Amino acid sequence: MTETLPNPYAARAGAHHLWEGVVRWIFRLGTYAILASGGAVLLNIVVKGLPALVTTDAPFINTSFLFDAPESLYVFEYQGQHYELGDRAFREFRAAHGNPSIDAESYVYSAGGIFPCIVGTVLLVVGSMTIALLVGVSAAVYLNEYAKDSRRIRFVRLAIVNLAGVPSIVFGLFGFGMFVIFLGWNVSLLAGWFTLAFMVLPVVITASEESLKSVPKGFREGSLALGATRWQTIRKNVLPYALPGILTSSILGIARVAGETAPIMFTAAYVVRDKLPWEVSQWGDFFFQGVMALPYHIYVVSSKIPQNDYTERVQYGTALVFMLVVAGVAAGSIVLRNKLRNRYKW
Amino acid sequence: MVNAMTLMEPSAFRSASSAAPNASAPVNSSPAPASTTAHKPIIDIQNVDFRYGAHQALHGISLQIQEKKVTAFIGPSGCGKSTLLRCLNRMNDLIDEARVTAGTIKIRGVDINGPQVDPIELRKRVGMVFQKSNPFPKTIYENIAYGLRLQGVNDKSRLDETVEKSLRGAALWDEVKDRLHTSGLGLSGGQQQRLCIARAIAVEPEVILMDEPCSALDPLATAKIEELIQDLRARYTIVIVTHNMQQAARCSDQTAFFYLGKLVEMGQTRELFMNPANPQTEAYVSGRFG
Repeated sequence: MTETLPNPYAARAGAHHLWEGVVRWIFRLGTYAILASGGAVLLNIVVKGLPALVTTDAPFINTSFLFDAPESLYVFEYQGQHYELGDRAFREFRAAHGNPSIDAESYVYSAGGIFPCIVGTVLLVVGSMTIALLVGVSAAVYLNEYAKDSRRIRFVRLAIVNLAGVPSIVFGLFGFGMFVIFLGWNVSLLAGWFTLAFMVLPVVITASEESLKSVPKGFREGSLALGATRWQTIRKNVLPYALPGILTSSILGIARVAGETAPIMFTAAYVVRDKLPWEVSQWGDFFFQGVMALPYHIYVVSSKIPQNDYTERVQYGTALVFMLVVAGVAAGSIVLRNKLRNRYKW
Repeated sequence: MVNAMTLMEPSAFRSASSAAPNASAPVNSSPAPASTTAHKPIIDIQNVDFRYGAHQALHGISLQIQEKKVTAFIGPSGCGKSTLLRCLNRMNDLIDEARVTAGTIKIRGVDINGPQVDPIELRKRVGMVFQKSNPFPKTIYENIAYGLRLQGVNDKSRLDETVEKSLRGAALWDEVKDRLHTSGLGLSGGQQQRLCIARAIAVEPEVILMDEPCSALDPLATAKIEELIQDLRARYTIVIVTHNMQQAARCSDQTAFFYLGKLVEMGQTRELFMNPANPQTEAYVSGRFG
C-alpha cells in the first residue's frame, strides 16, 4: 500500500510571504523613484529649453542663442505689426524707419544668447581643474609614495576628509576674503579658479590616492631594484598607470566645478559683461577679469529679473546648454581616459 | 675615503673593526665553516640583526657568499631568508621601521649600510628578480631598456645591442625576437620571469638576487630558469631563495639553511644535503618538517 506521505515542504500560511513581497516592492519603488525624478528633471529642461535652442528652419540650431551675448528684448507694435526684437535689431529697425518714437516693452536678458556664459564656464572649469590636478596629484603622490604613516599624516588625511564636508558657500566666502580682498585680485578668473580648485581638492586627492594604490607594488619594486630613484619610479612606472583612474575621478570634479554657483558668486562671476574674456588690452589682464558663467546666469535670469514668458525661454535654454557643456567636457575626459587606459594594461 | 680604501684592500677594513670577528672563522652558532674554495667572498655578512619594528626577524646572521657561485637560502616560511636577501640590495629600506639593528653587510669590503653608500648605486650593482614576475606594462624592448634609460642612455644602437645581449643572456631572444615591440605582459609566466632576469642583467650587475623565482612556475618553466642560472653563474654571483629543496640541491654551489631567523648551517650544497652537521638541518632536508 502506498500511502502518500505528507509534504513537509508545503508553503505555510502566514504573514511572511506577504511581507516579503511588500519589502521587495518598497526597495523596487525606491529605485524607480530615482529614475523617475531624474527623468522628470531632464525632460522638463529639454522640453522647456529646446525652443530657445532650435529653430524651425535649417540649420535648426539657434546659432544666435549659442554665439551671441545676452541682450534686452523689445516687444512692440508698429504700424499694426507685432515685433519682438533684440537690442541691436531694435536700434537698426528704428534707424531704418527714421527713428520714430516707439512705445516698446523691454525685457532684460531675454534676447540674444549666452555665448559669454559658455566661454566663462569653460574657462573656469579648465583653469580650476588644472590647479586642482596639479596640487591634488602632488599631494596624493606625497601621501601615497613618500610619507610614512605617522600621526602628522593621519592628521592631514583627517583634514582632507573634513575639507570635503565644507559647504560650497563657505568656500565662496573664503575665496572672497582670501583672494578677492586680501590678495586684491578682485572679482576675477584667478580668484574663481583657486576657490573652485580648493573646493574639489579633496575629491581629486582621495581619488588620485586610490588610483595610485591600485598600481601593483611589483612595478615600484622592479623599478627601484634596477637603481631608479623614487621620482624616476613614480614618473615612469607609477603615474602613467594611475592617470586613467585620476582622470575618471576628475570627471566628477568637472561636473561639480562647472555646476557650483555659490563659490563663484563672490569671486569670479559677473551678472553681465560686454567684453569677451580674450578682449583684453594686455594678456596679464586676462586673469584679473570677471566672467559670466552658466550656473550664475541661470540664477540671475531666474531670480534677479522680473519673470515672464520671455525669461523662461532663457532660463531653460541656458540650463539645457549648461548640461550639454558639462556632458561634453566629461565626454572629452572619458575619451582621453579610455585612450590612456588602452595604452597601459596589466 | 675609508670606503675607497677598503674597496682595494678589504682586509685593512676588517682589522680596523676590532669587535667584528674574523671572516675566515665565522663565530655565531653556525657549526659548518663557510666554503674553503679558492673563490674569495664577495659578500660578507657579520652578526646581522634585523627588525621589523618590534619584531626581530634575523638573529646574528654571519655568512659569506662566494663570487661567481650560486648560493641558495633554504628554510621554512618566515625563517628570514627573504629578509636577508632583501638586505643585500637594501630593498628593506622601503618598509617603514624595518632596519638592520646590529652587524655589518659588506659587499667587496664596503659596508652597504654605511653613510657613504647610496642605495640607488647599490641596486645598480646588485640586481633582483622577484617571486612574482613583474614585467612592466611596456613592450619587451622597453622593459629591458628601462634600466639603461634610467641612467640616461638613449642611444638607439646601444639600446638595441643591450636588449639583444640581455635577452640572449636570459635565453629568451629566440622566442621573442620577432615581437620585441609587443607588451611584455603577453608572454607566458616562465617567459615573463626570464624577461625580468634579462631586465636585471641589462644594467650589468655583479650580484643577482632571486627571491623564489620559480615558485609560480610550472616544472618545465622552472627547468628553463634553473638551466639559465647555470649559464649565468659564469658571469654573476647569484643568491637564490627557494622553498624547493631539490632546486637548491640541483642548481646551487652553497646552501644556507635558516630556521626561525637564525642561520642553522651553511656549507657546500652537496655536503649539506648528504651529510648535514646539524640535526635540524637533517630533519629539514630529509623532509621531516617544513
